[in-house]
Amino acid sequence: MTASAARAEPAIEVRGLTRRFGAFTAVDDISFDVAAGEVFGFLGANGAGKTTAIRMLIGLLAPTAGTARVAGFDVATQAEQVKRHIGYMSQRFSLYEDLTVRENITLYGGIYGLSDDAIAARTRDLATRLELERELDERVGRLPLGWKQKLAFSVAVLHDPRVVFLDEPTGGVDPMTRRQFWERIYVAAAEGTTVFVTTHHMDEAEYCDRVSIMVDGRIAALGTPAELRARFGVGTMDDVFVRLARPGAAA
Amino acid sequence: MSARATPPRRGAQRTLGAFVRKELHHILRDRQTLVILLLMPLVQVLLFGYALRTDIHDLRVAIVDPSPDARSVRLRDRLEGTPRFRVVRTATTALALEDLFRRGEADVAVVLPARFGESLGRGEPTEVLLVADASDPNTGTIMQAYVRAALAGFEADVTPQAGGPVRIRVESRMRFNPTLESANLFVPGLIALVLTLVSALMTAISLSREKERGTLEVLLVSPLRPWQIIAGKVLPYLGLGFAITCLVLLAARLAFRVPLRGSALLLLAESVLFTIVSLSLGVLVAARTESQRAAMLGALVGTLMPTALLSGMIFPIASMPGWLQPVTFIVPARWFVVIARGIMLKGTGLAYLWRETLVLTGMAAILLVAATRSFHARLD
Amino acid sequence: MRTLRFLLRKEYLQIFRDRLMVAQLLILPCIQLLILANAATFEVKRAQLVVVDDDRSAASRGLLERFRASGRFELVRPPVSAGAADEAMLRRVAGVILHVPPDFERELVRAHSAPVQLVLDAEDGAAAGVTLGYAQRIVADYASELGATLPRSAARRAPAAALDVRTRGWYNPGLDYRLYMVPGILVELVTIVATLATALSIVREKELGTLEQLNVTPVTRGQFIAAKLIPLWSLGLAALAVGLIVARLAFGVSIRGSVVLVFATASVYLLAALGIGLLVSTIVETQQQAMFVTFFIVLVYLLMSGLFTPVRSMPRWAQWMTQANPMMHYMVIMRAVMIRGAGVREIAQPLAALAALALAVFSLSVLRYAKRSA
Repeated sequence: MTASAARAEPAIEVRGLTRRFGAFTAVDDISFDVAAGEVFGFLGANGAGKTTAIRMLIGLLAPTAGTARVAGFDVATQAEQVKRHIGYMSQRFSLYEDLTVRENITLYGGIYGLSDDAIAARTRDLATRLELERELDERVGRLPLGWKQKLAFSVAVLHDPRVVFLDEPTGGVDPMTRRQFWERIYVAAAEGTTVFVTTHHMDEAEYCDRVSIMVDGRIAALGTPAELRARFGVGTMDDVFVRLARPGAAA
Repeated sequence: MSARATPPRRGAQRTLGAFVRKELHHILRDRQTLVILLLMPLVQVLLFGYALRTDIHDLRVAIVDPSPDARSVRLRDRLEGTPRFRVVRTATTALALEDLFRRGEADVAVVLPARFGESLGRGEPTEVLLVADASDPNTGTIMQAYVRAALAGFEADVTPQAGGPVRIRVESRMRFNPTLESANLFVPGLIALVLTLVSALMTAISLSREKERGTLEVLLVSPLRPWQIIAGKVLPYLGLGFAITCLVLLAARLAFRVPLRGSALLLLAESVLFTIVSLSLGVLVAARTESQRAAMLGALVGTLMPTALLSGMIFPIASMPGWLQPVTFIVPARWFVVIARGIMLKGTGLAYLWRETLVLTGMAAILLVAATRSFHARLD
Repeated sequence: MRTLRFLLRKEYLQIFRDRLMVAQLLILPCIQLLILANAATFEVKRAQLVVVDDDRSAASRGLLERFRASGRFELVRPPVSAGAADEAMLRRVAGVILHVPPDFERELVRAHSAPVQLVLDAEDGAAAGVTLGYAQRIVADYASELGATLPRSAARRAPAAALDVRTRGWYNPGLDYRLYMVPGILVELVTIVATLATALSIVREKELGTLEQLNVTPVTRGQFIAAKLIPLWSLGLAALAVGLIVARLAFGVSIRGSVVLVFATASVYLLAALGIGLLVSTIVETQQQAMFVTFFIVLVYLLMSGLFTPVRSMPRWAQWMTQANPMMHYMVIMRAVMIRGAGVREIAQPLAALAALALAVFSLSVLRYAKRSA
């Protein structure tokens, strides 16, 4: 597949993806596409199945039924290849708190196969962009929360992945810091990285190109924020969400 | 998961009750730890009772007989016929002995001199060399004793004598433990171990986990008073400890008929005392450490190890080197083991155990004060 | 592999930055070694003896004297009444009561046979048995001594003993039980370090979420496990080295056989120990569980390893079970090499068993470890 053809196909393709745990169906036959370079918001209440879905897409959980292709590879049969082309930032940031900023960057750079020169270059670059020059040799555990988040995101995209998955990346910080974080997301998207983000904050939903809302394991709504607001005749994504969360709400 | 403190609606008792219930819930939900806590003592009882023995019932003997004759063969036959003995090799030279011992294939070797039968027939003192693998000095001496006895038996057969003109019969009585049941020795110590495990170790871990997660601070600013917090944390483990202790006693009783000759009530009371000591230690460890792992390590080294090694539960204190014996005085379990054995095996009561009880009470008082104080310090 | 290099670097950094780990690896073993080596003995020293002498004859006094002179018994007070003796035993002042009945001497002279009663505090059954053995020896010696001196028919003179039994104890001429215990304790040390550290290390990553992060990267199962195990394997060997040095300095215990062999066999054993830690980490979710489960497994292995009580004293079914215990095999090897100076040939069989077990445990735990849940 040529590079241009690869760019043309969707970054994420989900068809009838299902996951059952015994009698309980956590993810029920969901289907959607995410185009390359898109910022896609994956919303839903707690327990709606978001985390389960995302875990299947990043290769941590095997699907019970259906298919999904991420970065051009099938998650069920080519999970390891998927992992080479994606980045991930979890709720808990998952940086090593007892290692320094530099050491964390070096580790993940090395894991994703960047050469020593590339690692050195990116480290310098990252330090400048995040204004972390003086903290390069500080332990991550000592950094304030907002900086940890910035760092975790930058490490997640360090190796220029095609898709980066962010699971509730902005927990516990003030709106100003969240805004700054989203600016980084835009920068990454502009450079061609597809961003798949789940979030609780409905105002962040407005920042996305398109969003989907999961309710009880199914996708109850899918579209741009503007479309959804219009469809439900409400002013904010918050209200869209409230509408959907009520029982008997039509999609 | 943060613990939200409930505002005291109908008095502090209500709150405490809710708190204790929450703790209990926590404990019961952690299936794996619970299973281990129940299983470990039971398995120990079984192992100590059934499998761990120190008597030797399979002694491997190698015989070196350079010039076999009627008498030497008779000796060899005798050795073969002795119960517990198993002749693994008979050779004419001592060359292979070294190898045999190194391989761990023989325990003792009986080396006869050349022309054994002749020398014996002439009534001369005949030297027999008894080589024992004395790596383990305890068993080494015991094995030597067994072989000597067998040799003495042979001697009595062969030489014309009446086996000694005077005999003093020893009538022996093994008091408190006529069947020499090893479980009797271990079970009281096992109770101490279980109580230490639950009271000290688990409390330390539980408290330090709350400290790490930050939920402890939430508790401290709640209307709950510090003693209530400690009590709430501690009561469930107290209950758990007792449940397990009863289980152990029951198992030991059923499997090995371990007796409880004294007052069960007294045993219970002393156990409470001991538990208070352990709990206070657990709280102290949690207060002084910064992370869960540090608390684990501290509790392990500070409470569990001394209980297992220095309380006399496995290794007799009387066998320890002179300098080490006084060190055991600061191990609370040491005193409890004496008390428990006294009550269970000897059937004695406070009249005989008041000294040990006093020591434990003193320890409990000091440690409790220290623990509450360290907790108060956390407030500022 | 390059990835492995990066992972190893991270592991070593984390280990050396972790003060607790250092304490665990160096200080804990030392404390254990020092305490355990000194405490772990069942040697029966002197028993506290109290005598009830209802005869008060020359014969009974002679017997008492024999006991006193034996060095194995300490007469805690002059002869007392039966009631007082009983009290003494209940108060744990005395562990043995010797009761000489009223007509002791008379019976001896008349019938050449008389009884004495021994009551022992058999709380510790094994020790009581040993003490009884000593007492019986003393009594028997006294009896034969009396036989030589008692006035009776000359025909019944005990002839000189025909067998002159000389004993030699190999490998431990000083009868120092610490020489015997140290290799075993070193095994235990190394095991705790390896198994517990492995389990905790992996579970901690699970708890923190960094494990999940790694599972999303191209890092393979093999690389992850290797990166976790190699540093701990090297540290296990380091702990062994430290232990050996301390043993040498504190107890004068050294290796009779080949040092290379000790470390080579330790390497094989560590694979098994680490494998068990790895296996535990696939079963538990929290560090607390990791600690308890590991503790439990190591404890059972330890008790059944022959460290405190000989394997050969166990009932058949228990001995059979110990075959599956890597610690048992390694205990055999360590004792053979350190105390008896055995070489490769002599330990070939336990070494093979050890290798087989290591392989089995390892395979099982690697198979259980999955980056993706099914």
